[in-house]
Amino acid sequence: MQPSDRSAQISALYQEMILDHYRRPRNKGEMDNADESVLMKNPLCGDEIGVHVRFDGDVVCDLCFSGRGCSISQASASMMTQLVKGKPLAEVEAIRARFREMVMGDATAAADSSLGSARALSGVSKFPARVKCALLAWNALETALANRSE
Amino acid sequence: MRRADFPLLVGMPDLHYLDSAATSQKPSAVLDAIRDFYVTANANPHRGAYALSVAATDAYDEARGKVARFVGVADKDCLIFTRGTTESLNLVATSWGRTNLKAGDEIVVTALDHHANFVPWQQLALSIGATLRVCEITADGRLDLDCLSGMLTPKTRVVAFNHVSNALGTINPVGDIVALVRERSDALIVCDGAQGVPHLRVDYDILDVDFYAFSGHKMCGPMGIGGLIGRRSLLDAMPPYQMGGDMVEFVHDDITTWNTLPHKFEAGTPNAADAVGLAAAVDYLESIGMDAVLRHEQKLVAKASERLSGIDGITVYGPRPSERSGVVSFTLEDVHPHDLATILDGDGVCIRAGNHCAQPLMRRLDVSATARASFYVYNDTSDIDALVDGVMKAKEIFGHAAV
Repeated sequence: MQPSDRSAQISALYQEMILDHYRRPRNKGEMDNADESVLMKNPLCGDEIGVHVRFDGDVVCDLCFSGRGCSISQASASMMTQLVKGKPLAEVEAIRARFREMVMGDATAAADSSLGSARALSGVSKFPARVKCALLAWNALETALANRSE
Repeated sequence: MRRADFPLLVGMPDLHYLDSAATSQKPSAVLDAIRDFYVTANANPHRGAYALSVAATDAYDEARGKVARFVGVADKDCLIFTRGTTESLNLVATSWGRTNLKAGDEIVVTALDHHANFVPWQQLALSIGATLRVCEITADGRLDLDCLSGMLTPKTRVVAFNHVSNALGTINPVGDIVALVRERSDALIVCDGAQGVPHLRVDYDILDVDFYAFSGHKMCGPMGIGGLIGRRSLLDAMPPYQMGGDMVEFVHDDITTWNTLPHKFEAGTPNAADAVGLAAAVDYLESIGMDAVLRHEQKLVAKASERLSGIDGITVYGPRPSERSGVVSFTLEDVHPHDLATILDGDGVCIRAGNHCAQPLMRRLDVSATARASFYVYNDTSDIDALVDGVMKAKEIFGHAAV
């Protein structure tokens, strides 16, 4: 790969929207009355993210995240909360699966409007070492939804 | 210019490899020696009654002799070839530890240790009811010898520490530690030399530790070969770590007797080719001289530390450069080390980001991770320039979204 290609990919990865979510995360904090709270850790980098969810019937009526990590994991968590808050479970699950496809390199997912601003993270697919950063919060959400259905 | 000796670096002229504490690059001499073994001497050592097998055996034995001389052990059969430091340390913790320790005994490890010299002792302590004590560090990332002194009692049966910290580069005062331990206890002294042998002159017989472990791949040698050096009296009394071919003497239906050292601890077909490669790495390092290797690294580390420290927002961890080997561990404001590593990678600068297999240390430094640049014989100031440029670029990228 030419260095200039890599440089362009780096610029695409660290675009302003991602850094903005990193510096000013949305829906970050703890939740006293959460129905499900899941803590996910990435032992490689020491990052940890907690995802806290409250349900109203089949709707994710409230969620937030806590913890610390790199810009990718924090921005991804922040965008996720904006994207799925207030949505029915079936739709949340579809978005989660679609997001996963996007960071694994699926170009159609990267153009899918259902992912909203989280499409800014599509550049992660060019950085295999960082895919798990982008998925950390989403994996926690998946576990929270699975715990609820048990 | 040493870079010319390393085919990977020649093939990637724009690469700035600053992760030698994880694994070093390999010079042509090592790659050629491994190929030469397979082309001229490949057979299973110690087994065949034919000339080729004898050639393989001789090559393996010569490699042991050369590596033993390099690490300063006169009794070369007390150098056991292993897969590397991790296997060496597990061998000691399992074979010596399970035979000699009991509930109530105390094992001392340090907050500077790599997981490979921490977890085997922790798990051993848990399984037999021994107590694990962790020696703390000073604010500048050196072992706190007062803390160590306070932990040593007649109950202390093992003291395990590293010669050089992989995460910070701290060179520990082995002589002072050994004197302290010997004065206050009869503890076994186990030294993790994974970051020692590649960077410093190591003389096992003078260090006076009981066990010393090291890896070939961090000292220009191949992956998958390393060593454990131990006192003959201890090794002779220990049970084998793995059972199989080569390590036995007589196998009866009901009992088995063991081969002599070093074979007792080298079950199965030995990794002769990589031992030959390691011996070639020893020749390579000796052609430079270990004093020159350390001088070169410390010059680069001093320069890198000075330039990084001059950047607003950078924190450099560990003692002053003259007390470190070729490692600079640092963080940049709220830029996560993984983000920094990704941005540096974009310019061909390879650094390590993470906890460096030293989570207990990271907790004490109150960080989840650091960025680590580590230097070796093929690095020069152009690598420092690239590192500093990359850090400035990361600052610029992250600076756009100021709080």
